[in-house]
Amino acid sequence: MAELKLTNVGKTYGGKVEVLKDINLDIKTGELIVFVGPSGCGKSTLLRMIAGLEKITAGTLEIDGFKVNDVPPSERGIAMVFQSYALYPHMTVYDNMSFALKIAKKSKEEIDEAVRRAAGILQLDNLLDRLPKELSGGQRQRVAIGRAIVRDPKVYLFDEPLSNLDAALRVATRIEIAQLKEAMPNSTMIYVTHDQVEAMTLADKIVVLADKGIAQVGSPLDLYETPDNEFVAQFIGSPSMNLLPGKISGTGARTEVDITGHGTAYSDIATQDADKGRDVKAGIRPEDFRIAEEGEDYILHATVDYVERLGEVTLLYFVPEGDADPLIAKLPGIHQGLRGEIVRLTADPSKVHLFANGQSLRR
Amino acid sequence: MHPAIQAVLTVGIAVIAAIGYFYLSNLLLDRVLFPARGKNAGRNINRANMIRPWIFLFPALFALGLYLAYPVIETIRLSLTDRVPGGYEWAGVDNYVQMTGDPKFWEALRNNFFWLLVVPGLSTLFGLIIAQLTDRLKWGSVAKSIIFMPMAISFVGASVIFKLVYDYRPAGEEQIGILNAVYLALGGSEPQAWLTIPGLNSFLLMVVLIWIQTGFAMVILSAALRGIPEETIEAAIVDGANPFQIFFKIKVPQIMPTIMVVWTTITILVLKIFDIVFAMTNGQWGTQVLANYMYDKLFRSNDWGVGSASAMVIMLLVLPILIWNVRQARKEMR
Repeated sequence: MAELKLTNVGKTYGGKVEVLKDINLDIKTGELIVFVGPSGCGKSTLLRMIAGLEKITAGTLEIDGFKVNDVPPSERGIAMVFQSYALYPHMTVYDNMSFALKIAKKSKEEIDEAVRRAAGILQLDNLLDRLPKELSGGQRQRVAIGRAIVRDPKVYLFDEPLSNLDAALRVATRIEIAQLKEAMPNSTMIYVTHDQVEAMTLADKIVVLADKGIAQVGSPLDLYETPDNEFVAQFIGSPSMNLLPGKISGTGARTEVDITGHGTAYSDIATQDADKGRDVKAGIRPEDFRIAEEGEDYILHATVDYVERLGEVTLLYFVPEGDADPLIAKLPGIHQGLRGEIVRLTADPSKVHLFANGQSLRR
Repeated sequence: MHPAIQAVLTVGIAVIAAIGYFYLSNLLLDRVLFPARGKNAGRNINRANMIRPWIFLFPALFALGLYLAYPVIETIRLSLTDRVPGGYEWAGVDNYVQMTGDPKFWEALRNNFFWLLVVPGLSTLFGLIIAQLTDRLKWGSVAKSIIFMPMAISFVGASVIFKLVYDYRPAGEEQIGILNAVYLALGGSEPQAWLTIPGLNSFLLMVVLIWIQTGFAMVILSAALRGIPEETIEAAIVDGANPFQIFFKIKVPQIMPTIMVVWTTITILVLKIFDIVFAMTNGQWGTQVLANYMYDKLFRSNDWGVGSASAMVIMLLVLPILIWNVRQARKEMR
């Protein structure tokens, strides 16, 4: 039961280097919020500010309606799981998990019950007497989560908890975290990652951070289907969205865009007459491209430079002149003999995004 | 020739000789003994590479043998023999029996024990506290440099400094020793000859070594404290630990192996302590220690037998701690 409210939160180091500004965010009880963004965007800093490990230099942070800017971490009702697990190397698993409760001077019985319960949830029962160095990476991560659970916090903070695990373990632990969340529907969780698969699969709501601020907040599918700006459009989805420069040539409920050097794109995003002639970029996800039928209008008309056949899908790469990123089309199934061929691609108007000056034209 | 020029010259010759040794010996190996050409080139390269480590090891092995192994064996021999005109005669354990009958020996052993209890513990403790207190300070490195400085002073130099600190002038004269000056200023009745007061004087000698060794402990422990993963400390902060709990329950246990290495290193030094006692009291007034006792016997009484016997006692006391220390340090490195 915890609501977080961030109002105009900012972070400046030494009065000079600004890393975050004007962060406004409402987090509701029981939500799992994921902060994503490229490295260096300040997502971990924001999490550490919520934890109280970094000072908030501007704005206010409220937990359950109380301003906690100057409340020490241990009194904020939060628990944090660190990227490196941060287990105390000289303590057994049991002592690691009970440390916070001992500090809080809880009774022996209470501590024991809390630790055993958390160990049960995380299947650590047999490992309680081990030292961290005797555990595998996945087990260490579970102990780190267990250390958070025993404190029964209002808010769980996860700082890239899976990035030190190998790929297989990462998937398994990701599912465990999802199950943990389901088992504790009233706990609010904030999760930082740079891995968009983690973000898409775990999040109730994703916060995309870029350029010192929030680029967009929304459910995973919102971000995928209706990105607010080019950054989010390209950050969410893999391979990332193709952006094709062009000019608006027809307006109305269905907008017509002349793609520079290619064909014509139609988008369901409505535009005004005044928009005619405006420079825009048409955004089309690789998976939304399809091969245009004979005589049909096409968006892209280009030679396939190379092909990646992944079995379930085939990726076609078109390398434009200059140093622009290649355009990619993802066609379902297996396609043979397309390399070096000229293909014409089109996409459903409902799947064509339009951006002007980096912002979506969708209102 | 001016002694300084002489010294520089000596250093220069030594450096050139060292470089020359490695250069020429490798040259000899590769060009003359096992040249990497002809029909046995491959075999020769392998053989040269088998011998090469020994070329590099030889100077160290030679010096260790000459200055360490040989003296140990010679000391054992001397401790079991008596010097008689024109040679030596076998004495068995007579020297050891004679030594254990000497009350000065027991005084020295007892004092060594007290040094052992006080100096390593206090040096390590002060070093740890200072390392922690200066860790996050802006001027911390300045403070640490100043505290480390006594390490650069020789034991005899430090002894001279502290002899002045403890200096005694008869009542009525101006006291130049700061201890007496402070003592009188705080209402002491008359100046004290500090170094002649049994019990206290040993402790005053220990202060000198603590003063020197605290810097050593501080530097090592400060590095160890820096090596503690920051996230474990942050985790403890989130867990609600206060600064004292973080220090004693999170930091100290994590650097315990280093603390033990520092403690044992100083312990070994204390067991061998000689210069300070020699320069300040020469073992009078109940301050005798084993090393100074050995020196007394060897070079003042010319009793090589008993002197060597006491040297063996020191070695036997140091050895177990030394072995433990080396093992611990190796474990650290892994």
